[in-house]
Amino acid sequence: MSENALAARGVNKSFGSLVVAADVEINLPQGVRYALIGPNGAGKTTLINLMTGMLRPDAGHIFLGDEDITALPPEQRVWRGLVRTFQINSLFPHLTALESVTLAVCERRRVARTWWRPLTAYRSEVDEAYEILSSLMLAPVSHRLTRELAYGQQRLLEIALALATRPKVLLLDEPAAGVPREESQELFTAIAGLSRDITVLFIEHDMELVFRFASRVIVMVGGRVLVEGTPQEIASDPQVRAVYLGKATGKADHG
Amino acid sequence: MPPVFGVLFDGLAYGMLLFLLSVGLSVTLGMMNFVNLAHCSFAMLGGYVTVTLMNAYGWPFFATLPVAFIAASLASVALERLIFRRFYNAGELEQCLLTIGVVFVSIAAAAYVYGTAIQPVQLPDYMRGSINYAGLNFAVYRIFLIGISLVITIALVFTIETTRFGAQVRAAVNNQRMARGLGINVDGLFALTFALGSGLAGLGGALAIEIVGLDPSFALTYLIYVLIVVSVGGLGSIAGSFAAAMVLGISDMAGKYYVPALGSILIYLVMMVLLMWRPSGLFGRR
Amino acid sequence: MTAATVAGPHQYMAEQMRWRWSEIAFWLATLLPFLVAPSYLVLANQVAITALFALSLDLILGFSGIVSLGHAAYFGVGAYAAGLASKWGWGEPLSGLLIAALAAGLLGYVTSFVIARFRHLALIMITLGLGLLLQEAANSASWLTGGFDGLQGIHTWSIFGEFHFDLYGYTAYGYSLSALFLIFLIARRLIYSPFGLALRGIRENGQRMPAIGAATREHIRTIYTIAAIIAGVAGALLAETTETVSLEVLGFQRSADVLVMLILGGTGRLYGGLIGAAVYMVARDQFSGLNPQYWYFWIGLLLIAVVMILPNGILGGLSLLARRLKVPS
Repeated sequence: MSENALAARGVNKSFGSLVVAADVEINLPQGVRYALIGPNGAGKTTLINLMTGMLRPDAGHIFLGDEDITALPPEQRVWRGLVRTFQINSLFPHLTALESVTLAVCERRRVARTWWRPLTAYRSEVDEAYEILSSLMLAPVSHRLTRELAYGQQRLLEIALALATRPKVLLLDEPAAGVPREESQELFTAIAGLSRDITVLFIEHDMELVFRFASRVIVMVGGRVLVEGTPQEIASDPQVRAVYLGKATGKADHG
Repeated sequence: MPPVFGVLFDGLAYGMLLFLLSVGLSVTLGMMNFVNLAHCSFAMLGGYVTVTLMNAYGWPFFATLPVAFIAASLASVALERLIFRRFYNAGELEQCLLTIGVVFVSIAAAAYVYGTAIQPVQLPDYMRGSINYAGLNFAVYRIFLIGISLVITIALVFTIETTRFGAQVRAAVNNQRMARGLGINVDGLFALTFALGSGLAGLGGALAIEIVGLDPSFALTYLIYVLIVVSVGGLGSIAGSFAAAMVLGISDMAGKYYVPALGSILIYLVMMVLLMWRPSGLFGRR
Repeated sequence: MTAATVAGPHQYMAEQMRWRWSEIAFWLATLLPFLVAPSYLVLANQVAITALFALSLDLILGFSGIVSLGHAAYFGVGAYAAGLASKWGWGEPLSGLLIAALAAGLLGYVTSFVIARFRHLALIMITLGLGLLLQEAANSASWLTGGFDGLQGIHTWSIFGEFHFDLYGYTAYGYSLSALFLIFLIARRLIYSPFGLALRGIRENGQRMPAIGAATREHIRTIYTIAAIIAGVAGALLAETTETVSLEVLGFQRSADVLVMLILGGTGRLYGGLIGAAVYMVARDQFSGLNPQYWYFWIGLLLIAVVMILPNGILGGLSLLARRLKVPS
């Protein structure tokens, strides 16, 4: 019986001579809040793509609980509870916030294929979507088109979409990217408020957020896991210091 | 010599023509992702320039070729500056529709000025006729076509592989954002490449008159073949365009010779099978 | 914030789906040709058929984002299916529609497996290739299709023994209009269902759909098959009401024309195809004296103008105007 909600074993991936993942081993126990950090190009987003099935590894396996999901397509991993958000908003510009989340709820409940009944007949799906939006303070803008939302609201909508799929493991790719400081605290408080049934791995550059919300930190450089430890251990680790060139206490630039 | 060599020869000539017509579109599509369906309108323009210069002004055939190239280049620059450049970031559908609109206008304009009949062209005497070798006839014009195309291909490959300009083109096709980041003037590079590619199409159009005939529907009929070459060969790849053009040219000739009842079915089938096997093209990315 | 954002989510969604006055007015207007312009009933019939065809394209292009340059394949298959059935002795119109729906639907289902796997240029080329392939095949199989001359010997029986098809077009237009309206109702229902929402999701961001657990390919296959069935019915209507079928029913020209009509009217609005078809065909009829070259000159200019100025077509322009004038739609 595996105690890990999500695990990666010996994952390798290259594009020609460019190695983006080399012998990556990750263990995420049930219910934890881990952070994944590293300089740009370290392969963090690539790792998320590999774990969610958007990329196929050249070697290695991904396990969700006890199940080897390495060969499964992305939507089937979502059905089993492995969900991610995107670093650059990947939303539905001309759908309203409510429509977007309702869509995710309908897909989860497998009613998205029914075409003979109107959406108004699906009251509980719409209610659930509205509830999720409310929990993220998005209820007032639920009828606005996604493209008209403020950037911070769009980031929250990213998370709302992920929550609508009832994840067991949630991979957040720089959830606070581009969000002004005041709002990012709010965002992370919302994440912190997530139930302990959900295991969370988030990529972040802002060390303050990492310190506040993560129980453990994984550092990646050049496609490899450099070191793993508590935030305090990582902050004082000389290798990590060297990699970040002394930018360990603040937002690093991302290009 | 068995007739298959004759078919191969004709297929080679046709393939070379398709290559000249297609290479410009492949590179510009690969670089800027701009779907320019009006590409063959420039080819048609080159053809009509040659026809006009020869029939109305008595120019010799060879002298018209550079003019065809230049005229098509200039026309493409004008269109690009005035209209196309605003749509580089637009969706595929918009680009398709915009450029189809240009195609329609060009076809109508050509019909208005020149009528719908196929244009007659008088090649110089030494270009006509054929050489008999080992029992087969090899048309002199096709030998010339293969020759000039090979020269152009070698010049293209040389430029792409060895010059600084070529290196910049390769970088921009490979990863536009990174190329910009490296300081390459991608917009200017694209304008130049677009002009060159359209010029080559114009030259191809002029050379095509003797092989396939020129009438206003050229812009649409050959667009389909060019699109097949570009999508099968892979966007942005000269080698891909060359390979695809050869495959297409030879398949088409072989199909028409051995199974004429099939008509063009063979090329469409070949295209679809190849695209399904390699959706990004034979030499395309990923 | 407007009142709409304060209303509950259910009310808001119901509001989106209710029938607008403009819609009712539109359908009432479709009855006008019977009353005020009976000499144009034959044209009206053509418009209704083409509008149905454009509607089917809107389902895959406007709502699902699938760019197809070969949609006439299904129109043509439907037309030939109904035409052949009649030629071989079975001219009953309603069952003819069913036969056409089955034939076109089958082809649509089979090809949808290929369509669903591709995007961007490869998809456009494959749809183009499929259309061209079918056109060539139909040309070659002239023993079946009648080749260039088209099918001979089509005779459409009367509907229910009551309504006979005549030269004046009353029955024809009534028949086509009824089919258009019924299928429109089905399409409208589909658009406002969870499936319709999923299709719009695919159009808006196909990449994101698997990440929220959507079986995108299955969705695409379903709508593509449905669109093929509708296109086939439209083709059958043409075969039955005009008693002619020739190669142009599955030609590239027809695929391109319907695309232009849809863009003209505005994609993704259900009525765009209908309006675009009406405008295009009436205009073409008015200018039918013109040399076809000149027609395509103006259509070319129109396309360029639409893309540059009115990217959402006539309906898009109207809704923009409505917003500016603050007219409730």
